Amino acid sequence: MSGGVITYGHYLALSAVLFFIGAAGVVTRRNLIVIFMSIEIMLNAANLAFVASAFRWGSMDGQTIVFFVMAVAAAEAAIGLAVIIALFRSTEAVKSDEVSLLRW
Amino acid sequence: MSPWIFYPLAAASVLGALSVIAARSPVRSAMALVATLVALAACFVALGAHLVAALQIIVYAGAVMVLFLFVIMLLDLQEDPAEGGRTGLKLATVCIGAGLAASFAALISRGGEPAIAGGADFGTTRALARLLFSDYLVAFELTSILLLIAVVGAVVLARRDPRRESE
Repeated sequence: MSGGVITYGHYLALSAVLFFIGAAGVVTRRNLIVIFMSIEIMLNAANLAFVASAFRWGSMDGQTIVFFVMAVAAAEAAIGLAVIIALFRSTEAVKSDEVSLLRW
Repeated sequence: MSPWIFYPLAAASVLGALSVIAARSPVRSAMALVATLVALAACFVALGAHLVAALQIIVYAGAVMVLFLFVIMLLDLQEDPAEGGRTGLKLATVCIGAGLAASFAALISRGGEPAIAGGADFGTTRALARLLFSDYLVAFELTSILLLIAVVGAVVLARRDPRRESE
């Protein structure tokens, strides 16, 4: 294993890797639920960056922001899943390709 | 912070995230996401954020993921055979993502300054609440309104229209 000390940079690197994995999921997958889960991965990557920054600078502000991010993410998940349910009820499909009314 | 704690947690979270985007069945993706969230909660504990780690388990892994699984079960989603195409796009995405992530990791891993020690109650509920009800009070109140809007919106969106049902 490289290095004996885990620094702030290691946590930021993990956050970046997770963020890109989430972004790749949003771009690549077509199932709406999996796209949603990839968005949650991105949000969690940001949370990790905030908590690591709070630890690095000894300030509780980072953790407070994580609190709000979690509340907003939970609200967004509830609304998004309700939208998916309403969509599925009218079209019987959850493939993003088939929901293209707003595409330019 | 010991590398024996960080690297297994990092590997678990990255493997979980990769399984989320790569699994064919949505249920497997959801389970992998739960594993990723738990690994991240353990990272939060290692970073001294105990309340945030508890909230991650209770709210994220315990409520949001259960909601996801309910919806997956309700919609009875099967494995999607049509997802097999677009390999060019997938390959390009993976390569770009890996390249960017690798460059990030190489740049960021040089940050070796020691961490500033927090207060004696760093990461506790008391310290978070002290900030929440003083500096972030407006955001706190607005979040409560946001949650109310989310509840009302979810109920309205997912409700069957009684007039349409009787046609």
